[in-house]
Amino acid sequence: MTVRVGHTAEKPAFPILAHELLQDDQTRRNVRHATNVIRNKRALRVEEMPDWQDLRTAAHAIKTHTLLHLPHYLEEFERNCIRAGGQVHWARDADEANTIAIRLIRKAAARLAVEHPEVIKVKTMTSDEIGMNRALEREGITPWETDLADMIVQMGKDEPSHIVVPALHKNRHQVRELFLQNMGLTELGTEAEDLTGAARHYLRKKFLEVGIGISGANFAIAETGSVCVVESEGNGRMCVTMPKTLITLIGIEKVIPKFDDLEVFLQLLPRSATGERMNPYNSIWTGVTPGDGPEQFHVILLDNGRTRMMANVRERETLNCIRCGACLNQCPVYRETGGHAYGSIYSGPIGAILSPQLNGMKYSRSLPYASSLCGACYEVCPVKINIPETLIHLRGKIVEQDQNTLAGKLSQESMGMKMAAHLFEHPKQYEAAQRLARTGQGLFEKDGQLVNLPGMAAGWTQYRDLRALPKQSFREWWKRNRTNRGDGSNWSGNE
Amino acid sequence: MSDDARFTVLDTIRRQLAADPDVETLIDDSPEEAYARIPRTYQRTAKLNREETLELFYDRLRDYDSELVFTDEAGIANAVAQAMREANESLLLVPAGVPQEWLPQNDIEVRRDFDLPLQPLEEPRVVLTPCTVAIAMSGTIILEHSDEQGRRAATLLPDHHICVLWRDQVVETIAEALQRITHRTSPITTIAGPSATSDIEMTRIRGVHGPRRLTAIIL
Amino acid sequence: MRIHLFIACYNDTLFPRTGMAVVNLLERLGHEVVFPTSQTCCGQMHYNTGYHAEALPIVRKLLHEFLDAETIVVPSASCVAMMRDHYELMAHNANDLHMMGDVKSFLPRVFEFSELITDKLGLTDVGAYFPHRVTYHPSCHSLRLLNVGDRPVRLLQGVEGLQYTPMEGSDQCCGFGGTFAVKNAEVSSAMLADKIGCVKKSNAEFVAALDNSCLMQIDGGLHRELGSRDRIRPVHLAEILNSTRKNPLTAESLAWEGATA
Repeated sequence: MTVRVGHTAEKPAFPILAHELLQDDQTRRNVRHATNVIRNKRALRVEEMPDWQDLRTAAHAIKTHTLLHLPHYLEEFERNCIRAGGQVHWARDADEANTIAIRLIRKAAARLAVEHPEVIKVKTMTSDEIGMNRALEREGITPWETDLADMIVQMGKDEPSHIVVPALHKNRHQVRELFLQNMGLTELGTEAEDLTGAARHYLRKKFLEVGIGISGANFAIAETGSVCVVESEGNGRMCVTMPKTLITLIGIEKVIPKFDDLEVFLQLLPRSATGERMNPYNSIWTGVTPGDGPEQFHVILLDNGRTRMMANVRERETLNCIRCGACLNQCPVYRETGGHAYGSIYSGPIGAILSPQLNGMKYSRSLPYASSLCGACYEVCPVKINIPETLIHLRGKIVEQDQNTLAGKLSQESMGMKMAAHLFEHPKQYEAAQRLARTGQGLFEKDGQLVNLPGMAAGWTQYRDLRALPKQSFREWWKRNRTNRGDGSNWSGNE
Repeated sequence: MSDDARFTVLDTIRRQLAADPDVETLIDDSPEEAYARIPRTYQRTAKLNREETLELFYDRLRDYDSELVFTDEAGIANAVAQAMREANESLLLVPAGVPQEWLPQNDIEVRRDFDLPLQPLEEPRVVLTPCTVAIAMSGTIILEHSDEQGRRAATLLPDHHICVLWRDQVVETIAEALQRITHRTSPITTIAGPSATSDIEMTRIRGVHGPRRLTAIIL
Repeated sequence: MRIHLFIACYNDTLFPRTGMAVVNLLERLGHEVVFPTSQTCCGQMHYNTGYHAEALPIVRKLLHEFLDAETIVVPSASCVAMMRDHYELMAHNANDLHMMGDVKSFLPRVFEFSELITDKLGLTDVGAYFPHRVTYHPSCHSLRLLNVGDRPVRLLQGVEGLQYTPMEGSDQCCGFGGTFAVKNAEVSSAMLADKIGCVKKSNAEFVAALDNSCLMQIDGGLHRELGSRDRIRPVHLAEILNSTRKNPLTAESLAWEGATA
């Protein structure tokens, strides 16, 4: 089994990508503006909900419960979906999922008597995760993204930079250029309305003519075998209704037990993702309904690394994610760099834990360190994923892996940490080290600050000043000014 | 091939769960029992009275720039005719089961969706249907597949949706609304305002795909 | 009351003045302070960076040192967060029932500095005098993990002559984040730039916090930009509460150059 998560295997580490992006003022402005807008809208919508915390608790409980009984619910979903006329396929990894999709598309294209198969796609990060578009194109199948932002990203041969607003790194002039080139237009206005109008016209043709649709799903309901797609633009409704054949790719963690559980998630998701009480459209369908929608409906249930995450509470909890993007909008790190710094389609705080775990801790290893552990993400996560705790858990796994290699064991950080641990366990040596540092700092001291520090400390002084060590440590002051007793009963009371 | 994959995925999950020493304490009863114990302290019933609920709903619809028309059953046809006149339209799509009494008798060409092929289906720019239930808190109307509400394409392709709504179809919360959906495996669409995108510079634009206008005829 | 002090390794080495202020203040309020001198660190740096095995003996040592302490004060919110959030987990993961017992007995006796004053001692006015404009930066640990709420602000407002002025964007991380500050130094400093913008906008003379780590980050940025010029001074809440008419805290004493502490 080879798990693939977008381009994570090829991307450089976070600090390197971040360095480039921190110089990109345009992107930084766009990111800041976008995240500010959604963050503020979300806050308003959450404030008006006195039972917001109750909803979060319920959502976390539902997801936790589902994951603990996942085989049961996956089987129930499959049974009910098939009973309603759907077909269910299972894929262990990206390649298997793409192979299945390609086979189904070819069959559908043959039925439509179409020579060059085309598919219309509604937003699904899962398909980006498995590199579906590339796989389809390699087989002579043309995928058309129909979400406005994904269309922009596709036309720009670019990468998404946010879970909910993937093209936020593009301004409208850049978008206009792309539309002019790709839609075969000779003129086009510059306002957002003009661009959206052009997209509406261009895509309607595709919706009505292309007979094969591909979607993801926000929720797969076990009790009824139903699938739910949450969206704003209406292209989702088009793609799941108009084509004769529909293929829906669903990560196995998307399953929820019962239809009624939607009452929890459909309140949390729109408010968290776009700051709306309810998003414009939700489509919920089950199998096939004669005379209404596709005649062939296929579900591909996808593993691609998710089962790796089932053996530990923190790891399972990561799978609670309903892809709302609220953590990205709240994250002070994401706010500085934008999504491309993470080198994964899953960026921001959730990306920092999901991407390495899907990859079995083989790639995206720098991501768990791309965080100051401030906890702003956890506060807004509608399904209460304790992202900071998970980051620390993953850091533990990374260190453990590194300690098993010579290079890792002997790295500056590892040696430094081991030395520090030793000192912390041996108070007399710790005190001696404090004194030594104070004497030794003379080399680096100038006007009360330390300059030109070597090694890891240089990371500090490159951007900030560092104050020189004070002339006495606290414990030295205590020993000189208070009677030294570990368990003292009298005290001198001197200043 | 898919059978192998199915077995591997399910088997791996089971083995992984078994490998977590803490899981034993977490799974001690059947899924049904465990599900029943999930804490649900969020609001699931109405807090507002009927009048407040309705006012809230009307407010939300107005927020979406929807038109509200208040009439009785006898007045539906006129309300439809009026809405179409204002929209400058003369061709109306209706699902097969929409009552004849709702339809204007003059000036409007009515096309019933008796399994229409694509071209005649996508020509009308106005469609008339009832709905199943509406949610006041978010201004959402919910449609199910039925003879009167039609297939999904019928309320997706036109530009203007006229929806007939009885007051007692409006509930405050989504929890109550979901209880009113009896055919849970039929295609269901929830609609809260026209489609929208904020993908271009975070400027919210309405009406990307799907009807850009909603007229609610409220009885 | 007999109060044991856990100073925190970085306070011990870099910010002894904060410890001195805690001791002087508590003694002035009539309490006895005990400082077990073998103490070193709470284990946070190792634990948060992923060196979980290395953190374990450090934590066990601390638990042992404070076995008999009835009340423990820690002038570092991040250390208290480490204890409350991770000590039980560490004992659980190590399958160490004995340690778990120690942790369960330890936790109820630990107070972050502002918690000690308001909750344990029941005071918001400690008789402090500090006639200056002061703003407050809530460190992420104190804000989100300890939920100290408005305790620090109430304490500031209880200081005679002090003019409290709130800070915009106060809930945004300063960018320190422990080893994050050096492992992702560039992003850390970008976050710091935002925070300094908010700090300056507050128009205060001093910015107070419960964690010297944040203050070190903020001071490092301010000093890089403004050097020894007249500027806002970061200072730990304890040092402000320790300022009295008789022994006032001065901006000069916080200067880098020619520091005497």
